[in-house]
Amino acid sequence: MFAYYLQLGLRSLQRNPVLTALMVMAIGFGVAASMTTYSVFLATSSNPIPQKSSQLYAVQVDNWGPEDSDKGEPPDSLNYTDAMALMAAHRAPRQTALYPVGVSVVPDDQSQLPSPESTYATYGDAFAMFDVPFLHGSGWGAAEDDAHAAVAVISRVLNDKLFRGANSVGRQINLDGRNYRITGVMDSWDPQPLFFDAVNTSGFSDPVQIFIPFTRAVELKMATAGNNNCNRDPGLGWDAWLHSECIWIQYWAELPDRAQAVAYRQYLHGYAAEQQRAGRFRWAPNVRLSNVEQWMDHLKVVPPEAKISLLVALGFLLICLVNTVGLLLAKFMRRAPEIGVRRALGASRKTVYAQFLIEAATVGLAGGALGLLLTGVGVLCVGLVFDPQIARLATLDLSLIALTLLVAVLSTVLAAFYPTWRAAQVQPAWQLKSN
Amino acid sequence: MLKMTHLSKVYRTEVVETYALRDFNIDVKEGEFVAVTGPSGSGKTTFLTIAGLLETFSGGEYHLDGIEVSNLNDNARSKIRNEKIGFIFQAFNLIPDLNVFDNIEVPLRYRGMKAAERKQRIMDSLERVGLASRAKHYPAELSGGQQQRVAIARALAGSPRLLLADEPTGNLDTQMARSVLELLEDIHREGATIVMVTHDPELAARAQRNVHIIDGQVVDLSEDPRFHTVHAEHTGTTA
Repeated sequence: MFAYYLQLGLRSLQRNPVLTALMVMAIGFGVAASMTTYSVFLATSSNPIPQKSSQLYAVQVDNWGPEDSDKGEPPDSLNYTDAMALMAAHRAPRQTALYPVGVSVVPDDQSQLPSPESTYATYGDAFAMFDVPFLHGSGWGAAEDDAHAAVAVISRVLNDKLFRGANSVGRQINLDGRNYRITGVMDSWDPQPLFFDAVNTSGFSDPVQIFIPFTRAVELKMATAGNNNCNRDPGLGWDAWLHSECIWIQYWAELPDRAQAVAYRQYLHGYAAEQQRAGRFRWAPNVRLSNVEQWMDHLKVVPPEAKISLLVALGFLLICLVNTVGLLLAKFMRRAPEIGVRRALGASRKTVYAQFLIEAATVGLAGGALGLLLTGVGVLCVGLVFDPQIARLATLDLSLIALTLLVAVLSTVLAAFYPTWRAAQVQPAWQLKSN
Repeated sequence: MLKMTHLSKVYRTEVVETYALRDFNIDVKEGEFVAVTGPSGSGKTTFLTIAGLLETFSGGEYHLDGIEVSNLNDNARSKIRNEKIGFIFQAFNLIPDLNVFDNIEVPLRYRGMKAAERKQRIMDSLERVGLASRAKHYPAELSGGQQQRVAIARALAGSPRLLLADEPTGNLDTQMARSVLELLEDIHREGATIVMVTHDPELAARAQRNVHIIDGQVVDLSEDPRFHTVHAEHTGTTA
């Protein structure tokens, strides 16, 4: 019977092209607006590392005190002193301090200009912590961290560019005039939002191309390419800055279970208490541990305009659906005599429901097809409203195509419930008498 | 085949109750051809719609082909309508957007019949009413008589035990009406039970039995005082 109802539905669409076009347009525009904004919302709010997001924790230690804090919240970054103390304590199975550095790749060919690449200084644990996939080789180990070794991990894109895709492990890369031995080539890896440095990137940036050891970067006095916030004058020189209360380091700990998270929080509290006793902190311990999703929420990574535009678009879809309810009601009730005849010939109310809901679904499907086209246009135009870093994430992939069609069909079927209910209530006796 | 006992149908509003049928009794045997007559508003069509399970009733009993139908749900009533009853209406009630073939196919679709059997039955019934060549025509392309023949073909295609006809010739000219009536008589001769509501005395006279309804009740014309008055006046005038 499904095929029969589908056939009737398609005939019905053709029967009144103007009414059909109005409904299809209402659904198409409503769905397209919703799906376009949803694609942005989805891209910005998705979990960048779902398999480990509950095990990775961003660490905050309040080294500024209540006078300089934002509503009692510890600063979002650590200073060098605290970061190194936590690294030295090594209380988590894995941990890393990290910060972005401004590094350029110097090509062998002297005639070519150095190219700046997105680079982070980290500890070797970061690769396993963040599930970085490798095409060749691997990250470096603790020995390289301790030795401030000149090693690097590069991206697949950079490997393709510099080594034409060959396995470059063991080869040298020149960064700012110094050679680094490549220990690994990452496979395609572009977590969005860029959770481990959402503070400096607002969550969205181009993929990371190079990692070098944190210890090496500090030894070479590489300043942060991200935010450096100081609550008082750090004094002159590199060492003075390193030992100041200026905050510029992101700190992550991998804590596989709740017990370890609790223990680590206690350790942080103890560390802050120790700093208080030592006279460095003149306030009660104030520390935070936030897993990836909590950290994204804390930093408000999802742009407010993405949320607002999604709500507006959903409101628009609702208005379109209310219009569709009216149009379907007019369409169905005009066929009351036909319903009466069908009921007389053996159609039950359930049958009428099935016929008209399937007919509504065909309208929804046509609306979905239009919506898909408009969503494609909408996704292309996201850059007019959002930052390019966000706009590039909004794509019309298979899942969005399927979702667009599904939303169109389901919402139309939902909108058709009342008109269909009214159609099923048609009294055949009255209709046949009035004929 | 069709037995109603003390059946009533009441239309209620906040201020008034209107009896369309009151203490209504009728027993139509299998294979009978019964004409139901009566003045406008007497309850003929209400009786027919209740008989066809298109409407519920307020009290009494109704047995259709041995089944007490008062407690049946919508699905069961629809199934009985589909399998046991054929309808022929004064206004033909064909679906204008479907061609002749598709119109006749509707009840067979609801029965879940396979395509080959559906086609066979549709063509047989069209042959029977003499419209096999019009299978692809739409109702608007047919005359009134042809449309009524299509409606009869639609009723016949499902091989119903009971055929309910509501003024089947009411919208037709004399010649067309005669041919439709002959068709009904043929169908009756082949064993179908037919209950036909009509105003037309000539048509009623062709049935095996006449049932007269006045004010929602079956009456015996020979005992109805109103009939006597009319009859007497009529007799007096002609005397």
